[in-house]
Amino acid sequence: MRKITIPISAEVVRELKVGEPVALNGIMLTGRDAAHKWLIETFIKKTRQPQDDDLQVYAELKKHLDGGVIYHCGPVVAGLDTKDYRFVAAGPTTSIREEPYQADVMQHFNARGVIGKGGMGPKTLQGCQEVPFVYLHAIGGAASYIAQAVQKVLGVYKLEFGVPEAMWLIEVKDFPVVVTMDAHGNSQHVTIEQQSRQVLEELLAKA
Amino acid sequence: MQDLTESILELIRRTSTDLPADVENRLRAAVEKEAPGSAARGAFETILKNVDLARAQSTPICQDTGTPIFYVHYPEGLSMRKLRREIQGAVIQATQRNYLRPNAVDAVSGVNSGDNSGDDYYPSIHFEEVDAGQPLTIDLMLKGGGCENVGAQYKLPNSQLRAGRDLAGVRKVTLDAVQKAQGLGCAPGVLGIAIGGDRGSSYYASKETLFRKIDDPNPDPDLNALEERLTGEANQLGIGPMGFGGQTTVLGTKISGLHRLPASYFVSISYMCWAYRRRKMTVQGDKVSYA
Repeated sequence: MRKITIPISAEVVRELKVGEPVALNGIMLTGRDAAHKWLIETFIKKTRQPQDDDLQVYAELKKHLDGGVIYHCGPVVAGLDTKDYRFVAAGPTTSIREEPYQADVMQHFNARGVIGKGGMGPKTLQGCQEVPFVYLHAIGGAASYIAQAVQKVLGVYKLEFGVPEAMWLIEVKDFPVVVTMDAHGNSQHVTIEQQSRQVLEELLAKA
Repeated sequence: MQDLTESILELIRRTSTDLPADVENRLRAAVEKEAPGSAARGAFETILKNVDLARAQSTPICQDTGTPIFYVHYPEGLSMRKLRREIQGAVIQATQRNYLRPNAVDAVSGVNSGDNSGDDYYPSIHFEEVDAGQPLTIDLMLKGGGCENVGAQYKLPNSQLRAGRDLAGVRKVTLDAVQKAQGLGCAPGVLGIAIGGDRGSSYYASKETLFRKIDDPNPDPDLNALEERLTGEANQLGIGPMGFGGQTTVLGTKISGLHRLPASYFVSISYMCWAYRRRKMTVQGDKVSYA
C-alpha cells in the first residue's frame, strides 16, 4: 500500500487514482458539519463577524491545513475531564452533508485531502481538479479499528461545538483509506450510482 | 424490583461493543462472495477486524453510537417512571464510560448536552405492559445518523416509479430507496419496512420490525416471499459495502403490515447500517440475563 505523508504536495495528489489504497501519516484535523458552516460563514463568505477565539483558531488552522487533510469524523474521546485526550472510536461520518462547503474550504486553505464516507457530489469533484485535492474513503463503522491509527491527540479547537463536532488535531500512523474521487475528474461514486440506476430501471420494469 | 441502572449500563455496553451473532454471520458469509483484492473484500475484512477488536477491547463498534432506542416490556404493576429514570441514568453513565458518544444536540440552540441527557424523545423509550409475573425485557438498538438519514417514506401510488397500492408497489419503492441510499448508510444494510399506518406509526413500526433476527422468517408467507425477493434484488444493484461496488448491498429485509386509512398508503423504510447493534436484557426476579 502506498504511504503518503501529510502535508501532501499537489504533485502527489495528481498521481493518485480512483481505487488506490493509501496509508496516511502525519497530522490531520477532524471537522464536520458545525466546523464547515463556521469556516464558511466566518472566514470565507464573511457573513458572520469573528468572535471569541475565532481569529486565533483560524491562524492555527491555516498552518495545519496548508497541504493538509480534513477528516469528517465525530470521535468518541476518552480523557475529557483530565484533557489527556485519547480517541476510543473514530470512524468516518457521511460526507455529502458538506457538499455545499467542501470545495470552497479546500480552496481557501490549500488543503489536499478530505477523508469521509459515502463520497461527495459534482461541486466537490470539480474542486478536486481545480485546487487540487482528493477524496479519501475510510471504512464506515470501523471505528475501533481506525482509532488504532490515531497515535496521539495533539489538541482540540472549538470544543464548544460538542465532542463530535469539535476540530481535533491528531497525529496518525498508516491511516487506511481508498481514493474514490481523484484530481482528474474520476469518481467511483458516480460510476456505481450510474450502474445501479441502470439495474434499478430493469428491476422496475419487471412485475 | 431492584434498581436496574447497573444492569442497563451493561446492556448498553454489550450493545455498543458486541455485534450480535446473526449479523456477524451474514458479514462473514458476505466477505467470501467478493473477489480477492477487490475494494469490497477489503471493506468486509476491515469491518470484521473491527468487530473482533471492539468486542475484545470493549470499545464502540462505531463512533456514532446513534439514538439509543429502547423497547421495554414491563409486567403489570411496575413503575414506568422509575424505569425511565433508570434508563436515562444508565445512558448518562454509559456516556461517561465512553460506550456512548455525547449525541444529544438541542436542535434550537445547537448545544450538545455533553452527557446524552435529552428530553421526552431522547433517548427513545417505548413501553408496553405485559401480564404480572412475566419477565421484564428491555430491547436496545443503537441506530446511527448516517443510516437514519437514508431512511425514506413513500406515499402510494407513486407514478414516477409506477408503484401502485399493493405489494408490487412496495417492492418498487423499496428498491428505489436502496438505490438512492448508495453507500451513505454504511452498506450493506438491513431494511426495516412498514406498510400502512400514519406517517408517525409507520416509521415507528419500521424500526420495531428491525428487532427480528435476520434469519427469522416472516410468519406471513406473502411478506416472507417479498422479504427474500427484496434482499436478492437489492443485491443485484451492485452497490456493495460502503458503495464500493460488490455482491452484497443488503444483509436482510424485515417487513411489517399495519392498518391504514383508506386515503393513505405509506411505505416507511428504515435503513440499518451493517453495524446493526441490538441486544436484549431479561429480568426475572433477581436474575438478569442478556441475549
